[in-house]
Amino acid sequence: MRYAMAIDTKKCVGCSDCVVACQTENNVPHGYARDWIIEVIDGTYPQLELEYRSERCNHCDNAPCVRCCPTGASFIADGGIVKVEHDKCIGCGACIAACPYDARFVHPEGYVDKCTFCDHRLEKGQDPACVAVCPTKCLYFGDMDDPNSEVSKVVKKRKFKTLIPEAGTEPQLYFLI
Amino acid sequence: MREELIVSGRSNPLIDPHLEIWEWQIPAYLFLGGLAAGILFFAGLFYLRGREDKYPTAVRVAPVFVPVLLAIGLLFLFLDLKHKFYFWRLYTSFSIESPTSWGAWTLLLVMPLSVIWAALYIESVFPKWDWKYTWAKDAIKFLSGYKREMAWGMVVLAIILGIYTGILLSAFNARPLWNTSILGPLFLTSGLSTGAAFIVLLSKNKTERHAMGMIDLMLISIEVALIIHMFMGFKASTRVQIEAADMFLGGQFTATFWVFVFSLGLIVPAFLEFMETKGKRIPFYIAPSLVIFGGILFRFIMVHAGQLSRWLY
Ligand code: SF4
Ligand code: SF4
Repeated sequence: MRYAMAIDTKKCVGCSDCVVACQTENNVPHGYARDWIIEVIDGTYPQLELEYRSERCNHCDNAPCVRCCPTGASFIADGGIVKVEHDKCIGCGACIAACPYDARFVHPEGYVDKCTFCDHRLEKGQDPACVAVCPTKCLYFGDMDDPNSEVSKVVKKRKFKTLIPEAGTEPQLYFLI
Repeated sequence: MREELIVSGRSNPLIDPHLEIWEWQIPAYLFLGGLAAGILFFAGLFYLRGREDKYPTAVRVAPVFVPVLLAIGLLFLFLDLKHKFYFWRLYTSFSIESPTSWGAWTLLLVMPLSVIWAALYIESVFPKWDWKYTWAKDAIKFLSGYKREMAWGMVVLAIILGIYTGILLSAFNARPLWNTSILGPLFLTSGLSTGAAFIVLLSKNKTERHAMGMIDLMLISIEVALIIHMFMGFKASTRVQIEAADMFLGGQFTATFWVFVFSLGLIVPAFLEFMETKGKRIPFYIAPSLVIFGGILFRFIMVHAGQLSRWLY
């Protein structure tokens, strides 16, 4: 089992519904977010290219945030989901400094918080909240180890990129381009 | 041209951690850790080499301050924690890949050792000190028999502690400015140098001051070489590391770093120490004070700038 997400940058319109859905689903405190939208403009006028990316934790296979955690609060759960156990976290900030994607933040209660791929929904057989809500259906989620899962199929079929692969983190978000 | 805009809920300073997850507490803690390591190193080294009478400040006086320095450092570390009352979790696990974990356990060994050493020599700072209870006197007597072993422990642990203050940062591949293995030896050298400076400040003995000044001069030369080496390494590395170095080579930290850390904190004191060896009379406290000032500022700048340096994607 290896959970992963594919994000179709061609279909995303940058509406931020995934952000709001996550904030609602996970009770993310006001002013914080576990996922976010980035708009990239590339090129020289008039040859401009626009790309929207819905970003979140990459649930890296080689996760520096987990390695640097002194207490074991950051760990890799079933299916490769990178999680934080709140009662073990001392809020030292090492994992925040270690994440090249800036995917973590300190919850006002002191522990570190981040995307969980909505594992509480996965248990019930549901998709993560962001995936479920996306109006253009540009987010694909599933098991990369299963060749018939939606995410495996779309990653096989389409051209994709991952973010800063050269950082060696082996990220598990596939951006379809 | 390539421009990235954040168009959603991430556009707030609370989630963007490169807007300083580590503020003043961590650099202050790193400085104090390095300084303590420097003092312990010289105390252990000179004791083992039988120079206790030649360098009384280094062996007997300065180490008495170490437990205090470490306690303040640990307090700063505690202040940095955002989930404070779970701090004991640091000691319910050991994570071999986590520098923070190494640091926490190293300090757990260094702290009692430095307290015992300080207790053995406390009379050299407080001549009227009296261990009121006989059991305390007995304990001191007993422990005095193991000074050699302790000195060895101090030298080894001081090196680990000094290197750790650099490795804590260099282990972060996500922050290109920190991600260089030179940071370990560099912070160790800087810690030893501030330790030597601290001893010069305390010493009332001219030959000791002179000798420690010479050692400091040597350490500063190594530090300068390591700093130049670090920037050369960055400039020859990937784009993100070139950009990290550029923050110091024309960018926003250029003036602060080269004027205050490099010139005032290294070159000027080295020059003053050199002039002293030539017999020029210079108030002895200027050079070591500058070294300590430079050591503090260096850590603040490195921690701050490192958090601004990042991968672009
Ligand atoms: S994206 Fe960041 S927080 Fe998520 S697993 Fe990778 S390094 Fe850790
Ligand atoms: S802030 Fe918490 S999760 Fe992150 S490294 Fe420290 S203890 Fe681990």
